[in-house]
Amino acid sequence: MPLQVLLIEDSPGDVRLTREAFHEVNPLIHLHMANDGVEAMAFLTNEGEYANAPRPDLILLDLNLPKMDGREVLAHIKEHASLRTIPTVILTSSEAEADVIKSYQLQANCYLSKPMHFEAFHKLVKSIDDFWFTRVKLPQAGKPVITGHELKLRITHDFHRRQWYGDTSSSGRGQSRRRPADPGSVS
Amino acid sequence: MAGDGVEAMAFLRREGAYRDAPRPDLILLDLNLPKMDGRQVLAHIKEDGNLKTIPTVILTTSDAEVDIVKSYQLQANCYLTKPVQLDAFESLVKSINDFWLTKVKLPQQESSG
Repeated sequence: MPLQVLLIEDSPGDVRLTREAFHEVNPLIHLHMANDGVEAMAFLTNEGEYANAPRPDLILLDLNLPKMDGREVLAHIKEHASLRTIPTVILTSSEAEADVIKSYQLQANCYLSKPMHFEAFHKLVKSIDDFWFTRVKLPQAGKPVITGHELKLRITHDFHRRQWYGDTSSSGRGQSRRRPADPGSVS
Repeated sequence: MAGDGVEAMAFLRREGAYRDAPRPDLILLDLNLPKMDGRQVLAHIKEDGNLKTIPTVILTTSDAEVDIVKSYQLQANCYLTKPVQLDAFESLVKSINDFWLTKVKLPQQESSG
């Protein structure tokens, strides 16, 4: 299953660099972009054109952003009952202690400073992938356990079953065969 | 080391025998603890204006989704499950060290907030 990562970053150079690095490190990662804080919040709350945006497994957040600052985005995420469980990694060029402290006060999950050189940056991306996607247990709740495609197949299957067997109950036998109590189930 | 939740909080708040305890750079917290449960310890840490900036890593045998979600709700910095095998456990400890102590920027000062 692809891993959904939301990168909130305004610098086109850093966006390109991060995209390339993640693509090389782990092709299963689907990297989504938001160029400013307002766009990021729209993505996360599925507003407007982001109505179908997936819930990210991990957020990479720059601090200095146009429109809505990264600190404000972080505060919104961590005050939000459902979004707060998404690990939010600060990825910024700032090494100022004030920014580090403020980010941890706002409950950033961790703070990383962007190295200047490509190789070091690439290594950092690799270690984000190694740690967050192979070591850490990420929360599944709030995520639909089936994809839109699977849902479509299931509806089609149910439709045909009703055609053949005259089973008109909406939540009949099929229900018991589904995997047990998954909190994020769409059904 | 703190053997239970009450001891952990005394250490972090420098109470009693822990008057001179240093401020940890990183906390590794098990969930199932005697006296005061790990979830409660986590809630206390993350509600405390001074302690909340210390990264707190959950390291537990539980891989129950309810524990994972609850820990992130309480603002655990990350959640790791303890492997049973010694090799795997050592490798996990190494990766905690590599990531948190060499890559991550940890806060250097006590938080005043």
